[in-house]
Amino acid sequence: MSDASFDNRPIENEAQFGDFFALLKPRVMTLVVFTAFVGLLAAPVSVHPFVGFCAILFIALGGGASGALNMWYDADIDAVMRRTAKRPIPAGRVTRDEAFAFGLTLSVFAVVFLGLATNWLAGGLLAFTIFFYVVIYTMWLKRSTPQNIVIGGAAGAFPPMIGWAAATGTISTESVLMFCLTFLWTPPHFWALALFMRSDYDDAKVPMLTVTHGRRSTRKHILAYTVLLAVFAIALGFTSIGGPVYLTTAVILNALFIKGAWDITRRDEDMSEADNFAVERKFFKLSLLYLFASFGAILVDAVLTRMGVML
Amino acid sequence: MSLSKQHELHERRKGRNIGLGLTLAAFMALVFGLTIVKIGRGDFQVDPAEMSSGN
Repeated sequence: MSDASFDNRPIENEAQFGDFFALLKPRVMTLVVFTAFVGLLAAPVSVHPFVGFCAILFIALGGGASGALNMWYDADIDAVMRRTAKRPIPAGRVTRDEAFAFGLTLSVFAVVFLGLATNWLAGGLLAFTIFFYVVIYTMWLKRSTPQNIVIGGAAGAFPPMIGWAAATGTISTESVLMFCLTFLWTPPHFWALALFMRSDYDDAKVPMLTVTHGRRSTRKHILAYTVLLAVFAIALGFTSIGGPVYLTTAVILNALFIKGAWDITRRDEDMSEADNFAVERKFFKLSLLYLFASFGAILVDAVLTRMGVML
Repeated sequence: MSLSKQHELHERRKGRNIGLGLTLAAFMALVFGLTIVKIGRGDFQVDPAEMSSGN
């Protein structure tokens, strides 16, 4: 034995700092940061820039922590699927216990510090979002219902509402409609992807709508959610945060989105395979633009209002 | 053996230790910044009426 009591065996695959960062799902975090930032800035009160920065950081950390807890619980299915097999836990660089401790500690830290930096409504909403994503979605419904995408989308829709609550200390029509925007956008976005990407969710025994209800039904679901999304998106334009930039953007984007969903509904599998799912791929790309342009337009209107520019 | 010789463990965990160090430094800066902002805004000021009623 050496003079040191710690375990000094060379360990293959030892976790690096980047592996713990990867547990936070940084790509998902960009959406969280952007929408929370819009929610915070669209609020009709001014927030100290440093407090605003801290609020966004803690919301992002809370979102990341729920991602780590999701990876802790889903390590078994992550190992089966090609897309997720290289994540830190299935790759053997981080143990499940480490991910659990990391996610739980970071969750508590993010909630407490968001509460201290802003208010406890925002802290409470962040705590509920983490609970919803980890317990309701990941542990309970993800493996039991083909509506898992819809339910998972709710967790991703909370950040603008938390940003708004951090600024105002309230929940209002505007923040609920911003929640609805992301919530109703998620199903058409993911189901379009599911139509043209062969998913290995089957191997992992995760029920997906394309498999449980068939691809025909998935196409109809896309149209239904797209129409519902348009109603809420246009309604947001008539609240205090909807200016001319948002309303114009929303009308154009929703018209294009409904047209895309209608085209998807009219097609069958033979038509889609003939052009390698061109319409479905185009709709998916449009969905990415849709969300960023919608929240971007809210941001532009908020900035113009603050600058006193009337269009 | 020289006392300054680095154990292989130090080299292996260098990235992790630097990352953790920077995270802790950022945390200190955040707490310090928030404290300055909150004191500057008077968040911790006690209402004089409350003080007198408490006596």
